[in-house]
Amino acid sequence: MIISIASGKGGTGKTLIATSLALSLKDKYEVTLVDCDVEEPNDHIFIRPQITGTDPVEMRIPVVSEQKCTFCGECARICAYKAIAVFGKHVLTFPQLCHGCGACSYLCPEIAIIEETRKIGVVEWGNSDGIKFVQGILNVGEAMAPPVIHKVKEYAKNSDIIIRDAPPGTSCPVVETVRDSDFCLLLTEPTPFGLNDLILAVETVRELDIPYAVIINRTGIGDAGVEDYCREEKILVLLTIPLDTEIARLYSRGVALVDGMPHWKSRFLQLYSDIKEMVDARTNSIKR
Amino acid sequence: MQELIVLSGKGGTGKTSIVGSLAVLADRKVMADCDVDAADLHLLLSPVIKQKDEFWSGQVASIDAYKCLYCGLCQNICRFDAINNFEVDPIACEGCGFCSHICQAEAITMKENMAGHLFISDTKYGPLVHARLGIAQENSGKLVARVRQQAKKVAQDNGAEYIICDGPPGIGCPVVSSLSGANMALLIIEPTLSGIHDMERVMAVCRHFGVPALVCINKYDINEDNTREIESYCQSQGVEVVAKIPFDNVVTEAMIKGVPVVEYSEGNVSKEIKALWQKISGILEEQDRTVLRKSRAI
Repeated sequence: MIISIASGKGGTGKTLIATSLALSLKDKYEVTLVDCDVEEPNDHIFIRPQITGTDPVEMRIPVVSEQKCTFCGECARICAYKAIAVFGKHVLTFPQLCHGCGACSYLCPEIAIIEETRKIGVVEWGNSDGIKFVQGILNVGEAMAPPVIHKVKEYAKNSDIIIRDAPPGTSCPVVETVRDSDFCLLLTEPTPFGLNDLILAVETVRELDIPYAVIINRTGIGDAGVEDYCREEKILVLLTIPLDTEIARLYSRGVALVDGMPHWKSRFLQLYSDIKEMVDARTNSIKR
Repeated sequence: MQELIVLSGKGGTGKTSIVGSLAVLADRKVMADCDVDAADLHLLLSPVIKQKDEFWSGQVASIDAYKCLYCGLCQNICRFDAINNFEVDPIACEGCGFCSHICQAEAITMKENMAGHLFISDTKYGPLVHARLGIAQENSGKLVARVRQQAKKVAQDNGAEYIICDGPPGIGCPVVSSLSGANMALLIIEPTLSGIHDMERVMAVCRHFGVPALVCINKYDINEDNTREIESYCQSQGVEVVAKIPFDNVVTEAMIKGVPVVEYSEGNVSKEIKALWQKISGILEEQDRTVLRKSRAI
């Protein structure tokens, strides 16, 4: 089962939930924790894994042979990203804009374009006290996170439970993380910002047709807007975590919640069994 | 005119609450919300929308089942796994158009994609340029670029001195798009190990794009050891820590009221944010004078 942990708003506790869920389930199941927030990966801070392997993440970019090129301009015409341009007797490529689709090299009438690889990040894997761990790291200055996330997901397969920690937001990196999950947990906080961004996140998972439920973090600080919204939309709230200076202090020191406050473990086991029930119910209704 | 972009690396560190207050404190400015996938600044500034534009960006492939010969070539060449069983998955499609160029039956066309909206609004603090990216859409970087373009235009028309941009979290596409060419980045950092880790990366991105950075430590008193670590890291990087804001629930209370915190409270948080703006505007003025001197020298 693949469980993604997402949120529209940043800083609502994705990492806290992902790491504590993994730590709570590891004695009973084979668990892989996957940090898909490749721009700012933080799971490693809390589970301190031993990294045992690493692979580069590469994109394919065009390289034009100016000997073979007749400067016909076909490549520039077909490139949807304006990543290749022809000026007189020169061809310029803009690797940062290239999505690596391969159209230019395939369609070049002179076969003057070959593809080279360009490194945009790495995938690392390892383990931490019984948890399998995979994370992606986007290189500083690179813009495109989705190819790194795509690769990270490929390295995290064949576990009973795969927990994916998503980046914040609602656009392509989130969609790439969440899209083939069995379930998505949406984190939020009980504030107007939390509500606004939760609604956007809910619209996204509905678009992707993935079953989901909400976790409200730092209850007690804000207002009732998030609860009211969930009630009206019939969205289950599977867990609430109170605003608690001890929890905040543990987080600030990089200590996972269930390591610092072990009584939370039973809540996370319950969370998993609630998720499993929702996923099973959906599978059965589809079969029927 | 100078453009200040507020970033953080890690999400939820208080960017929008601080930017909302800068809208109150700064004179002759245009506000811009560059966090187009989860925009929140409008919740503090109560904008009245004056202009709404559609944001068309990118294309999506579409297969005409009547023309399709089911040869499978499109499925084989698509590198985004966006075509399965001769159907296009619009979410996976990146709009490269490769399939439409190679289809022998000319069964594939590329359709324009409406990816969101761009707004120019009035607020009691001055103009706000903001946007909303469509659900599960790509090209947030392009929409950010449009927001900044539009903000610049509004600023020129109004003779504004500053553009103050609320930025997105992370270091990827929308951050790169927010940052390149800005005059100054203000990084809002919280004193947690995650916050420190993410600060180092976003600071490296600022350096990569040649944008000078300033740091504001938010909720500095939740872990003062970490706060000291941030200060010494900043010192080693030659980055000035311009403010340390204490943790206080008034920030959330103000958010619930839908007003910037400096209008809601006279307490320590507000005092510190006021001092922050005074410092930043001083630094920006100094930077402006230096640029002017240099250009005169040339």
